[in-house]
Amino acid sequence: MIHQFGIHDILYLLSGAGWTLILSAVTMIGGGMIGFCVALMRISSSHVLHGIAVVYIELIQSTPVLMVVFLVYFGPGIFGIELPKFPAAALALVVYSSAFFAEIWRGAIQSVPRPQWEASSALALTWLQQLRYVILPQAVRVSLPPTVGFMVQVVKNTSVTSIVGFVDVSRAGQLISNATFQPFRVYLWVAAIYFVICYPMSVISRRIERKFNVRR
Amino acid sequence: MSYRFQFDVVLAQSDRFIEGAALTLQLSGEAIVFGTVIGILGALARTEGPRWLDWIVGAYVEVIRNTPLLVQVFLLFFGLPAVGVKFTATEAALFALTVNLGAYATEIIRAGIEAIPHTQFEAGLSLSLTRLQIFRHIIFMPALEIIYPALGAQFTLTLLASSIVSVVAANELTTVAQIIEGETFRSIEVYTITTLLYIAMALGLRSILALLGLVLFRRRRVVQPQVRMSGI
Amino acid sequence: MSMPVVSLKGITKSYGTIQVLRDVSLDVEAGEVVAVIGRSGSGKSTMLRCINGLESIQGGTITVAGHVVTQTAKQLRELRREVGMVFQSFNLFPHLTVEQNISLAPRIAKKMAAEQARGIACRVLEQVGLSEKIDAYPQQLSGGQQQRVAIARSLAMEPKVMLFDEVTSALDPELTGEVLKVMEQLAERGMTMVVVTHEMGFARHVADNVVFMHKGTVWEQGTAEVFFDSPRTPELQQFLRSSKVK
Ligand SMILES: Nc1ncnc2c1ncn2[C@@H]1O[C@H](COP(=O)(O)OP(=O)(O)OP(=O)(O)O)[C@@H](O)[C@H]1O
Ligand SMILES: [Mg+2]
Repeated sequence: MIHQFGIHDILYLLSGAGWTLILSAVTMIGGGMIGFCVALMRISSSHVLHGIAVVYIELIQSTPVLMVVFLVYFGPGIFGIELPKFPAAALALVVYSSAFFAEIWRGAIQSVPRPQWEASSALALTWLQQLRYVILPQAVRVSLPPTVGFMVQVVKNTSVTSIVGFVDVSRAGQLISNATFQPFRVYLWVAAIYFVICYPMSVISRRIERKFNVRR
Repeated sequence: MSYRFQFDVVLAQSDRFIEGAALTLQLSGEAIVFGTVIGILGALARTEGPRWLDWIVGAYVEVIRNTPLLVQVFLLFFGLPAVGVKFTATEAALFALTVNLGAYATEIIRAGIEAIPHTQFEAGLSLSLTRLQIFRHIIFMPALEIIYPALGAQFTLTLLASSIVSVVAANELTTVAQIIEGETFRSIEVYTITTLLYIAMALGLRSILALLGLVLFRRRRVVQPQVRMSGI
Repeated sequence: MSMPVVSLKGITKSYGTIQVLRDVSLDVEAGEVVAVIGRSGSGKSTMLRCINGLESIQGGTITVAGHVVTQTAKQLRELRREVGMVFQSFNLFPHLTVEQNISLAPRIAKKMAAEQARGIACRVLEQVGLSEKIDAYPQQLSGGQQQRVAIARSLAMEPKVMLFDEVTSALDPELTGEVLKVMEQLAERGMTMVVVTHEMGFARHVADNVVFMHKGTVWEQGTAEVFFDSPRTPELQQFLRSSKVK
């Protein structure tokens, strides 16, 4: 049934935005943790671990996020399982984002000059201790702007899960636009909601970058 | 495992997959060309143009970079008719991809321009060149060389992001895949093949960009790396 | 009396509230070599950059080879054809070969045909003794060679006056000689030159006139011998003492 675009529609969009935020948060945490492990594998001296990490990153970075979502959504069907929409969406985005987090952090870790490793190994620290106490504190500075910058991408990427029917703000917009026949107006609202979420993060990312550049 | 893969049913449709992939390549190829042109003009406007132009282009860049492509596609698809423009879904898709890449390219190219020391600009001025001549002959290539990896990565992202325009049935690879899935009900097989096609296209694009880089930046091959580092 | 090639009359220049040049006047006659010396921050570079319009001025007039230094872009370009400028940091274009570096401006600003521009590149490279480096990229050259190419690049525009801003300061000591020699040869060929320098030997033996800048103004000037042998102001005397110790 057709109705006029009104206040409940906006409220519905906002509840969709809530799911967008939850999905984004889960993706950042999950993708961040896996990404960190993959980054460590990438810099490890083990050829096997290094190789696995390289292939993992390359393959995912060469795949559209939508395909990852489709594969994770339909994949479990092989085993006769059907994943509910939220876990499927979250898993897909975690996997996809982990490859990008891994690359960002590998770059940051490797930007710490080689002598820092050598100096710390001379202090008889283990590899993990060197990483924990010497390398990471320096790498974090470098990684912060691109990490926050990528978080913007994470939020925007959640929108593709609407294509498999997860009701985030994009899907909510689609439903309302079908019901009101005012797609342009509805999508302007949707765009505005994304902008309100993403723009502050973009600004923060830039601020941090400028601050570090000046100090360096 | 009770599931039986049936790739043959899907592979029987390989002609349609290839057609879809071809359209994906064409769409992203055009978006890359036009988006880069927008990027160059946008970067010029931001670095050389008057305040108000810098501000407008800046607003364009921020709006695009802080909203999803999916929503941009919908907005253009539903918004263009309102201003009386007639178009196909594929054209709306091309428009959205171009506008999207244009914003990222503007920022990337601007960063490249700003990385060139101001003294290069002054050297050009002292040789009696105009600002535009300086940009074209002195600033552009070194700036491009600096940002080439970032720009190439962005091109690859555009190629892959083009799958999103399937939401308006743009007839490119993902749209074709969805249609075939609807006919065969072999989701996993369809999307595995589609994913492999995207991976192949992405690797292909990166190889082409790498080769193009060798041609564009001849100096890299001529000048020995150690010598280069001791230079300016 | 002939018109001076470069004439500064009562130049004032400030950055915000900081006055960098105050009432600077200076005439440079055709064929004359003027060395400019002075402490760091005394305004030497600023004065030089005003002469080819890289910096704007707040007061006074500058004329170069009949052109008044103004602010319209087109007039500035016409003026800059007559003025060569060589920088401390060479500022060669890294993506262009030596020949391309040199022929760029003649081709583009003077719309010269490619082969004619190449001819000029060969000629000026010979003048700075680097003919064999014509196809090299800047990074393949030593600092001294890069600076000589930068000089050649300016010469290719056939300027009426050349400005040099501490062109040997960024060089290893053993490389300064080759650059100074090229400049000396230029002077012998009758080029009008304004040379900001810390090389007292060059100022004394090559320059016709020497200018001492202090606190943003021309504090003292004179012919090389008089200037170095009997400085009048205590500031110059002290400056000369301190630079001799170095
Ligand atoms: N862009 C600028 N903004 C503000 N102040 C400036 C700027 N450029 C130069 N100055 C100031 O103007 C004064 C003169 O500078 P200038 O570079 O002309 O000195 P200089 O005699 O060439 O010194 P040096 O021997 O170190 O090159 C200095 O006090 C400097 O701090
Ligand atoms: Mg100076």
